[in-house]
Amino acid sequence: MLDNLKDFASHFFVTGDPLIYGADVAIGLTMAAIIFVLFYFKKWGWLWREWLTTVDHKKIGIMYIIASLLMLFRGGVDALLMRAQLALPNIHFLQSEHYNEIFTTHGTIMILFMAMPLMFGLFNIAVPLQIGARDVAYPFLNALSFWMFFFGAMLFNLSFVIGGSPAAGWLAYPPLSELTTSPGVGENFYIWGIQLSGVGSLASGINFTVTILKMRTKGMKLMDMPLFSWSVLASCLTILLAFPVLTVTLALLFIDRFAGAHFFTMLHGGNPMMYVNLIWMWGHPEVYIVVLPAFGIYSEVVSTFSKKKIFGYKSMVFSLMIISVLGYFTWVHHFFTMGASANVNAFFAITTMAIAIPTGVKIFNWLFTMFRGRIRITQPMLWTLAFIPTFLVGGATGVMLAVAPADYQYHNSYFLIAHFHQTLIGGVVFGYLAGLYYWWPKMFGFKLNVKLGLWAFWLWNIGFYVCFMPQYALGFMGMTRRVYTYGWDMGWAPLNLISSIGAVFMGIGFIFQVWQILYSIKYGERDTTGDPWDGHTLEWSIPSPAPEYNFAVLPEVKGRDDFWRRKEEGLDNKIKEKDLKPIHMPKNSGIPFIMSAFWFVAGFGFTFGWTWMIVIGLAGVAGCMLARSFSKNNDYYIPVEQIRKTESKYGRLV
Amino acid sequence: MSQAISHSNDNHEHHEDLSILGFWIFLVTDVLLFGTLFATFMVLRTHFDGGPTGKELFEAPGYITETFLLLTSSFTSGLATLALHKGKVNQLIGWLIITALLGMGFVGLEINEFSNMIAEGATISRSAFLSAFFTLVGTHGLHVSVGLVWMISIMIQLKTDGITSVMKRKVTMISLYWHFLDVVWIFLLTIVYLMGVM
Repeated sequence: MLDNLKDFASHFFVTGDPLIYGADVAIGLTMAAIIFVLFYFKKWGWLWREWLTTVDHKKIGIMYIIASLLMLFRGGVDALLMRAQLALPNIHFLQSEHYNEIFTTHGTIMILFMAMPLMFGLFNIAVPLQIGARDVAYPFLNALSFWMFFFGAMLFNLSFVIGGSPAAGWLAYPPLSELTTSPGVGENFYIWGIQLSGVGSLASGINFTVTILKMRTKGMKLMDMPLFSWSVLASCLTILLAFPVLTVTLALLFIDRFAGAHFFTMLHGGNPMMYVNLIWMWGHPEVYIVVLPAFGIYSEVVSTFSKKKIFGYKSMVFSLMIISVLGYFTWVHHFFTMGASANVNAFFAITTMAIAIPTGVKIFNWLFTMFRGRIRITQPMLWTLAFIPTFLVGGATGVMLAVAPADYQYHNSYFLIAHFHQTLIGGVVFGYLAGLYYWWPKMFGFKLNVKLGLWAFWLWNIGFYVCFMPQYALGFMGMTRRVYTYGWDMGWAPLNLISSIGAVFMGIGFIFQVWQILYSIKYGERDTTGDPWDGHTLEWSIPSPAPEYNFAVLPEVKGRDDFWRRKEEGLDNKIKEKDLKPIHMPKNSGIPFIMSAFWFVAGFGFTFGWTWMIVIGLAGVAGCMLARSFSKNNDYYIPVEQIRKTESKYGRLV
Repeated sequence: MSQAISHSNDNHEHHEDLSILGFWIFLVTDVLLFGTLFATFMVLRTHFDGGPTGKELFEAPGYITETFLLLTSSFTSGLATLALHKGKVNQLIGWLIITALLGMGFVGLEINEFSNMIAEGATISRSAFLSAFFTLVGTHGLHVSVGLVWMISIMIQLKTDGITSVMKRKVTMISLYWHFLDVVWIFLLTIVYLMGVM
């Protein structure tokens, strides 16, 4: 009996590596500390009532952002481990198998569990406030989206200490990811972690599409919307088209592994290239899904801090939409070397290059917005200014990669690695950080400290160039991606060492940001006006942090940048008491949390092939769905008295 | 208070309309889900690997009866919607019961077809063609089965609540879903079965 148990445990838990044991201890201690604090301060009820069951978009947004910053930490540690391994030739810090696991989890976590939730967090924080809505279209579904993402991310991260991490790259190409070549449970963790959070992403895509189309306040036409909301619409439409493909692709891979099917195997008629096509049909739109909202943020920030309306609003909207459509027709450029016919490669090369046009239009519009503007260099503006040259280089190297014949040289080299990090960090991460700094006062009612922020900014920026510029050169020198070590004779040592130093700079930059947040919680400049940046759009017309109902009276707007117009005309944002009416709100619900937890159980069962666990999980999910379907009184009214109290506390009542 | 109540009804109607729009968009994503499965099937439909082909496996009485059952159930779910608009709750439940029974007949025949094929050695792991076949047709069957559970829960709620704005929304959604599955089946019949035996 004991031997059986020991045998099971040695397979179940990841063993044999001091790094993993360290992580085990760290995870155990953190969990114990969290549980102890919750018991000691008697915070369980508070946690459940205020956060785990909330359907308030602002709180859900905050939870998304916290989770994504934790994932940024995990993905960042992965990156530093890789750079440590590659800093010099012939290092034996990581074994090859361990290195494979780390680049796989780094990529997967950064795209799916860091960029996506940070993006959804900003959607949740800003979109309903910008369009003058009280919440998203489906608040319950919104909570479900978050918890599906959260439990998906937990399932994926669990692979680090239980069962073993996936090691077949962030897109898990077969035949390597098939059962014969990846016999462990790592790939199953990968599939189910992404499947669960993918359901959440798809639901959020539907949710925000309907919110933007149907929940805009009186008088706000589509062409009056702030550009961030437009970019969210473009991104969500792309989610709707792309994520079902991901769901199917991963499901087929799992059926191969679980039921012995032959979609992507080498034998019995399977076709691995079908997987590569399908996964990039999601994967390429995915990069536009994450970058489009960043473009929206830049537009808001540039306009606000140049004290001008955005230059070329209509062309901005059209280029967003063109990118989201074109982004769906470029996927083959990820594998020009597959050997499709010259015509096919030419088509995808041209569509890829064509995307540079709307992107260029946007860059020029941002520059023209700044031209003769009264520019204020604030933290959001700094990150925006840093983005423009970074993305320009990233875009130019993208066009280089789009040239199909030349791509045969760059394919899978460090040139590619440098290119996509340049667009994803310089475009997406810089953009989301600009958005975080921009909307932070709206979320929490205080600004983030500037001095620490400047340290973080320069460390990130200098670190970024020091890290990735050498990688372009390394690519030309023949270094391919995913090599875990190399010899002195290759001549790659100096540039790799420089690159690793740059990565450390970025890591220190992140530490400064954590410090900045902790410091500012206590000492940050408080925002009492609700409009700390002299903003243009509706979210700045209400107090910071926004009350749970957002707008005591829904505003009526007369065009673009309506809040700015009101300020120009000398109107205040006071509310007349006679206009107050009871506000219809959704009730909190524990079902999203519980249902996602059951999905987690089912996903864990699928990962290990334990039927009893799958049955329990899926039965729980079905029970939760029925419980929701049969539940009544899911909403309530905030009485006028309470609204009066809240608004007069902010001094907004006449 | 009376003001609050009338206000509340407006809000409910508005929310139910919103839900139906969201459900349409969900159906769009489901179309893409099936589209991807169809694309995979088209790529793999001739990859028999020396195993059984569609011509040898598909039996006309089976899939024609399935088609007949599902198309009829789509019609009866339309009649259920008519009863909903007339406000006749018992008639509505009646048509839903008939729809569900036809749907169950469909699922039963499909399970029967699958088990016959497996008994003949045509399993999901025999060839890429069979992998694609079982997954595509099975996904549709799974959709129908989930729809059945959902429909039964709606019938129970109709019995207790009668026709309210919430129930109107739910019946509208399930009938949209049901018609959608019918459309998908037309494509399945054409691409999988008819093109398979040709």
